[in-house]
Amino acid sequence: MSIDINTAARVAKLARIKVEENALPELANEFNTIFGFIEQLNEVDVDGVDPMTSVTPMRLTRREDVVTDGDQQNKILSNAPDAREGFFAVPKVVE
Amino acid sequence: MSSLNKLGLSEARDKLRNKDVTSVELTEACLNAIDGAGALNAFVHNTPELALEQAKAADKSIQAGDAPDMCGLPIGIKDLFCTKGVPSQAGSKILKGFLPEYESTVTQQLRDAGAVMLGKLNMDEFAMGSSNETSVYGDAVSPWRRRNDDAALTPGGSSGGSASAVAADLCLAATGTDTGGSIRQPAAFVGITGVKPTYGRCSRWGIVAFASSLDQAGPMTKNVRDAAMMLTSMCGHDRKDSTSADIPVPNFEGMLTGDIRGKKIGIPREYRMKGMPVEIDNLWAEGRNMLKAAGANIFDISLPHTKYALPAYYVIAPAEASSNLARYDGVRYGHRASLAQGDGITEMYEKTRAEGFGHEVQRRVMIGTYVLSAGFYDAYYNRARKVRALIKKDFEDVFAKGIDAILTPATPSAAFGLGEMSDADPVKMYLNDVFTVTVNLAGLPGISVPTGLDAQGLPLALQLIGRPWEEGDLLNTAYALEQCAGFVAKPKKWW
Repeated sequence: MSIDINTAARVAKLARIKVEENALPELANEFNTIFGFIEQLNEVDVDGVDPMTSVTPMRLTRREDVVTDGDQQNKILSNAPDAREGFFAVPKVVE
Repeated sequence: MSSLNKLGLSEARDKLRNKDVTSVELTEACLNAIDGAGALNAFVHNTPELALEQAKAADKSIQAGDAPDMCGLPIGIKDLFCTKGVPSQAGSKILKGFLPEYESTVTQQLRDAGAVMLGKLNMDEFAMGSSNETSVYGDAVSPWRRRNDDAALTPGGSSGGSASAVAADLCLAATGTDTGGSIRQPAAFVGITGVKPTYGRCSRWGIVAFASSLDQAGPMTKNVRDAAMMLTSMCGHDRKDSTSADIPVPNFEGMLTGDIRGKKIGIPREYRMKGMPVEIDNLWAEGRNMLKAAGANIFDISLPHTKYALPAYYVIAPAEASSNLARYDGVRYGHRASLAQGDGITEMYEKTRAEGFGHEVQRRVMIGTYVLSAGFYDAYYNRARKVRALIKKDFEDVFAKGIDAILTPATPSAAFGLGEMSDADPVKMYLNDVFTVTVNLAGLPGISVPTGLDAQGLPLALQLIGRPWEEGDLLNTAYALEQCAGFVAKPKKWW
């Protein structure tokens, strides 16, 4: 299958990465090279094979559902590009 | 004592314990070497004050007779590890200015063991690359050069800064991380030892995530003994990583006897790639003979799905990366794009990520987004995970037949020149990981050991792959191989 410019634009949108219109043909081209390589997987007989969910056969451990940490507002906000009054600040989300 | 930086970890430890040197002396020797090695662009954030403070504390512990193995030993840390109060950018513009409020578990364990941190090391952006050419800091440069040729060579990637720094004796050892070969390939390119442990051995907590089901930290050192020693300090169960294995960590160094008589070594026929340089083929044959001479038994084995490892990896790793890298949104940390009048939150995300991520990272995030999107999830992502299960089963089958370790080449060639691959399509660069990526997909331990030089005088290495959790046995086989190979070449100083 081949990825066209519209598909490339849609993927960029889904990934929330701004791609300029004039860069889309090259992007679609690269996708096609990589997917051409990935297509080999269709040669493999995977009937009856379960997709791997965990590389080592282990159960993820659970802990008691209790608060173990907290009161770190300043530390959490210390790297924010824009923090005000104890919150992360972002452009207006709701009109 | 100007050459203290040339020591390995275990040698330096013994000298510290004998009071032949102090940690401050070792640390100053490394800091001087770093100062003179700007041309390698290996260290990208230096922490000399912290290093000297840690060295002084280590000297006190040693005086008091209370010194763990790593105590007082100056090392470099890959930029992927979050280090408290020290820039940790994962080689990316999007994390410019990020100062973690916490320390990764692995670096904390090294600190607790008394190790001295000299600074942070260059790497491919978010560990995505095989040549350290995708870094926001610019290329790291190998200390090696081809005979009669001044062209700058890649130290490999993604742990390129770590490889360059250890090979050039800027530090005694370094941490690396390995998602598809990012410890073993650079180690091979610069003639040092690199270990990727079993998935779950080293906590991933505090290491910037690339592909969570594949990422593992490991040591990059001047020899196998040093790797065993450093790995022991890095491993261990951590409640903060739900995939961290709750099993005891042996003293790996104590398992190095060099005796591999009767060990069963598998040679996988599928690793003989079409068009493989004859030098690599010869190196592999020599390695086989060395292990045989040391008393091991050699068997031809088959890992039938090897060919599909790279394509499966280039579905799974980008898929996980697209999910992990969703957190870089310009809200909580790092770069935020300046916005135009009327821009809303979507424009903020899109501009921030376009400005903050480099080309290769953007490409992989988008590939991952595509393979996880509605309508393609089954065709790509689920199929790749099924193929991954088959690749793992290939290994389980040979281990069930009694094979102890598998010997392969580490890379399909020696180091190439910086910029040499810039016109190649991305798949050509991906082929660098053809021998290493299977090990990540199957969660196994692997080690790269330098065993020879090519016709141009550049290092070449072999890889040994072990059974899960049996790093000790694997390291011992690597130790035997190292002794037989007797690799001692060092790059000639030009920087």
